[in-house]
Amino acid sequence: MLDNLNILIAAPPITVDLVVNGILIGAIFALAAYGMALVWGVVKIINISQGEYVILGGYVTIVLTENGVHPLFGVPAAALVLGVLGWLIYRLVIHRIVDRDMFTSLLATYGIAILLQQLMNTAFGGEVRIADAGLGTRFLFGGIVAIAEIKIIAFALAAVLAGVLIWFLKRSRTGQAIRATAQNPRAARVVGIDTDRIYAATFALNTAICGAAGALVAMAYTIHPYIGLAYTIRSFMIVVVAGLGNLAGVIVAGLGLGAAENVAAFVLGTQYQLAFTFSLLVVVLVVRNWRLARRREYLK
Amino acid sequence: MRAVRIATYLALLAAAAVAPMFVPEYQTQLTDLFLFIVFALTWDLVGGQMGYNSFGNVLFFGIGMYACAVTQVGLVYDVGAYNAARGGGATVFTFDVGQYVQGLAIGLPAGAILAALAAVVVGGLVLGMRGQYFAVCTLGLGFAAGEIANGWEWLGAGSGMVPATPPSEMADIKLFYYYLSLGLAAVTFVVLSWLYTTRFALAINAIRDDEDKAEAMGHLTTTIKVTAWTISAFFLGIAGAIYGNVRGFIDPIDVAFPSATIGVWMILMAILGGKGTIIGPVIGAIIFQITKELFWIYLLGWQRVALGLLIVLIVVFFPQGIVGWVRERRPRAVSAAGQ
Repeated sequence: MLDNLNILIAAPPITVDLVVNGILIGAIFALAAYGMALVWGVVKIINISQGEYVILGGYVTIVLTENGVHPLFGVPAAALVLGVLGWLIYRLVIHRIVDRDMFTSLLATYGIAILLQQLMNTAFGGEVRIADAGLGTRFLFGGIVAIAEIKIIAFALAAVLAGVLIWFLKRSRTGQAIRATAQNPRAARVVGIDTDRIYAATFALNTAICGAAGALVAMAYTIHPYIGLAYTIRSFMIVVVAGLGNLAGVIVAGLGLGAAENVAAFVLGTQYQLAFTFSLLVVVLVVRNWRLARRREYLK
Repeated sequence: MRAVRIATYLALLAAAAVAPMFVPEYQTQLTDLFLFIVFALTWDLVGGQMGYNSFGNVLFFGIGMYACAVTQVGLVYDVGAYNAARGGGATVFTFDVGQYVQGLAIGLPAGAILAALAAVVVGGLVLGMRGQYFAVCTLGLGFAAGEIANGWEWLGAGSGMVPATPPSEMADIKLFYYYLSLGLAAVTFVVLSWLYTTRFALAINAIRDDEDKAEAMGHLTTTIKVTAWTISAFFLGIAGAIYGNVRGFIDPIDVAFPSATIGVWMILMAILGGKGTIIGPVIGAIIFQITKELFWIYLLGWQRVALGLLIVLIVVFFPQGIVGWVRERRPRAVSAAGQ
């Protein structure tokens, strides 16, 4: 462990490599986190099945690739398929738990997550999969810093998607209705907004975002049926650090988390990367709660 | 009424005690069932009675399991070498009767105490959070523990660890674990039943109903919460120690820290039976165990999918649980039964 740290200090280009690659995947984390913040802020539920939609989006892309479609088309396809699925899940399950306590929504969405994991495992098998986009790798600093082109494209696409999303929420009628519902659902109903329909739209929008993020994950990284929860935990952590409704914070926290994870995986060994992610969540929450406790407040 | 109730419990206990003689083919499932009752009861102490819904109680389960296995092995051999050999290699690791009994006699309490200590330390850090933050934080804790064990070479990492293998003279060891599990379930039930008649129960119920008011009334809420979680962890630690030996193999994620299976099942059993009651988790565990076994028999290949569906259905459509449902329909019958 200390040896690895010494390598980083002795060879800054390796650090650059880790941080740049980390930031590139961090954009995808931020995208999924933005979706979680959206559902959390509007529908007032914490969606534990978030990561499973990401992985499902990845499988949509992989199935398309196997049928001869270029994986880049997987991004809109996954968004569409997952959007429809999200709407269905909202109609079947989520709308029944909207006004219940937070624990019910946590447990119900955790149940959905486990259900989806098992379905994916049955349908696609338990192997680690990737959608090969057939692109090369770029080298900087005399070959020490290696960045796969697909990661750069994924980063750019994530940025474009975030831009489209922000434009949609600010300008479109549905987007404005979503923001109105987030501010005050009762007042939104008074001015004639069908909040149940808005909740459904928000949830479907979230799953579509996750699906698109998942397509990028499948191209630039790897997926397997049981890795979804890590994306849920990352999203939750990013939202907790940034705060609800803080877009800039979500982006910074997402990119930061990606970089931190990549460096930690190098220092601690890749077998501890997920341990680092889950432990970091606990540390973030404990520290936040500790700071609040000094003002006689608490996380609730 | 109280006499009838106690007579019923004793009759059930007696039936469980003689069950291996009449239905030996169900011995394994019944051992699991007794441990599942412990899972549901200990989860309900904190989740149902205190309102702190933990997703991460498997943390104490796994710590108890590893602590016991490491003690059993460590008293005789070097743990690192034992795990590195993975059952092969030049050295043969065997345990004679004395070593095995000694290992278990020290290992079980070690598992319980280490799990309880973990609850004191972790509880002091995370029990200050409320509601969903506590729930997600414990979810992270359970998975973090699994991932750490999965990378830790000394504990066998991802290849898992085999607890001390019983010597050939102890062929009936499974029967011993059957009675140990039964005893643990009975003791947990009695201790918690007693606990729920004390002022401590009123204090944790007050925390569930309104923590700010409980604190304003002068309760040391953090101390009470940590105490409740520690009691829960103590019994879970023993359950983990037994479960590891019953399985005979400790996989870090699937057996020791199974957040996505046992970690959720314990919540589900408590909810299915009825949160915040003493008999609810027991009923929930029995029905759940039967359902699970039926799924395994009739839905082979799809059993895990069916279980996922069951979680969603119970949480969404049946949150009040069986005791709650009966209480709605027949309020007098339930109060007569002492609930």
